[in-house]
Amino acid sequence: MELVCPAGNLPSLKAAVDNGADAVYVGFKDDTNARHFAGLNFTQRTFESAIRYAQDKGRKVYVAINTFPQPKGFERWKAAVDEAASHGVDALIMADMGVLDYASRRWPDLRLHLSVQASVTSAEGIRFYFENFGIRRVVLPRVLSVSQVAQVITESPVPVEVFGFGSLCVMVEGRCLLSSYATGRSPNTYGACSPASHVRWEETGDGTNTRLNGVLIDHYGEGEKAGYPTLCKGRFQVGEHTFYALEEPTSLNTLSILPELRKIGVSAIKVEGRQRSPAYVAQVTAVMRAAIDDCMRKPADYRPEERWMKQLADVSEGSQTTLGAYHRPWQ
Amino acid sequence: MRLSIGPITYFWERQQVLDFYRQAADSAAEIVYLGEVICSKRRLVKSEDWFAIGRELRQGGKEVILSSLTLLEAASEVSSLKKLCSNDEFTVEANDISAVQLLSKAGRQFVTGPSVNIYNSRTLEILAGKGLKRWVLPVELGLDTLADLQAGRPAGLETEVFALGRLPLAYSARCYTARSLNLPKDDCRFKCIDYPDGRLLKTREDQPFLVLNGIQTQSALTHQVLDGLPQLAALGVDVLRLSPQHQHSMEIIGLFDAARKGAALEPLTRELTELLPLGACNGYLVGQAGMHSGPGARHENQQAS
Repeated sequence: MELVCPAGNLPSLKAAVDNGADAVYVGFKDDTNARHFAGLNFTQRTFESAIRYAQDKGRKVYVAINTFPQPKGFERWKAAVDEAASHGVDALIMADMGVLDYASRRWPDLRLHLSVQASVTSAEGIRFYFENFGIRRVVLPRVLSVSQVAQVITESPVPVEVFGFGSLCVMVEGRCLLSSYATGRSPNTYGACSPASHVRWEETGDGTNTRLNGVLIDHYGEGEKAGYPTLCKGRFQVGEHTFYALEEPTSLNTLSILPELRKIGVSAIKVEGRQRSPAYVAQVTAVMRAAIDDCMRKPADYRPEERWMKQLADVSEGSQTTLGAYHRPWQ
Repeated sequence: MRLSIGPITYFWERQQVLDFYRQAADSAAEIVYLGEVICSKRRLVKSEDWFAIGRELRQGGKEVILSSLTLLEAASEVSSLKKLCSNDEFTVEANDISAVQLLSKAGRQFVTGPSVNIYNSRTLEILAGKGLKRWVLPVELGLDTLADLQAGRPAGLETEVFALGRLPLAYSARCYTARSLNLPKDDCRFKCIDYPDGRLLKTREDQPFLVLNGIQTQSALTHQVLDGLPQLAALGVDVLRLSPQHQHSMEIIGLFDAARKGAALEPLTRELTELLPLGACNGYLVGQAGMHSGPGARHENQQAS
């Protein structure tokens, strides 16, 4: 199982490579990728250094060009494809059919991976992208149980990558408009969810309010640690109750099911978090590397070490982790 | 412009569904979309029922389209989809790329729903080459992008716009209605039946924000483009989609019918707002946050014309 790690900048990329990532994925400094945050991502110059650093050490570099251009922006996406391809990256991670079509015709030898943002959950859907654009890998959305992932792998014409760790999207990726409903900007159109430009932290007499474009996402009492107002991880009222109606602030962690993922034929494990710090990337990459190696060496005896679980919990949202949709009761 | 009745997104009693389509037969809508698009566990209306309803509507002169499930997870759902896509009676609305693949391989013409991501002309062209005959603009796209897409639209392709309804915003493996009642999805007790317009989610300041509809999340406000009709007509939009709600759907169809025939929009819009569960929004249409609404959005509409 290949370990694919995130890099939002050069220090993170080095952290990923140095701690054992088989591949790193990056994006450019614009809305062509789904982590379009201020101060993040690569310019032409840093991109060249990044590729050299990783490839010199025998690791792969994937470039995410995985948002959905509208007619006025389409040229920018083509330019991103050309930029990445002409630098000899190992693969592009893409979602939009139009951009996939452009890349597959302009750069026929370049590997294309289908991004999680393409929102494909069945082998039939994968076949569409395989037959039309020659994709060579698919990243599955975080909505399938382990047995459903297994089913897809059995029938898929290409190898399957799944998410192994990181912030959890609870909605099927690529078809979630919650953020643009509240702010006008979504992952599809803008490359960001719950964008910082629309966030307000507000001290009240009895604590802190967090707002997204004016909408109250949560209220924290005195002494309660206030979290970033990601729309699907706030506390809301439904009926008589106020609770995390969609999901708690929590991260996905698959350490405990690595042997199952291996057994069903998962080809690559992705770590989420291009927006996180180099320290996060280093910590998570090191733990996932050790765990995957251990699991591949002796799958029958594999148990996640307590220290790994703690190290991952320490860098998780709300310091807690979940198996998410892989585990049926979560659903 | 023709009017369509979108698929019922909520879980209604069987009799209510039958009554709804009996009324729809007499409505001014020319097109009716049928079928369960949210949750495969909702089976009060069975596959053969949908076909029977469809035949009756077709006999009465309606164009009938069968809509496919939006989020596919279980193998059984893919099997049902295969059956649907191989039916030889009705055109299918693909709500997922899996359906696009099955229909295009079978050489069938198809429609795509709002959850198939068509954001640019190149995508539209590719799908037109696969048999796309009508597409629904993704709901988060506005008039500016629609104008660009219409300019590059392949010949013969029809464009439909989501014109009225709580916005389909997200889909999940998790059932939020069950979660809100502290029930696991596998033992949901079909509680969606108690919420025929979805279950309201409010902020801690009591602001109505979203609606939980099983695995789907919708907007609490109802998106409406009634006052944008002249702009949509000028852009060559062929069909306006009206999404069913628990009450007043037929009156709403009547209002849109009057509007397309030239009745004054302002009084119609006022009347329409009264018929919605929690008021209207139209921000997406004018390139703003989807939840925004009112004079600001209307003002920009007028500027655009």
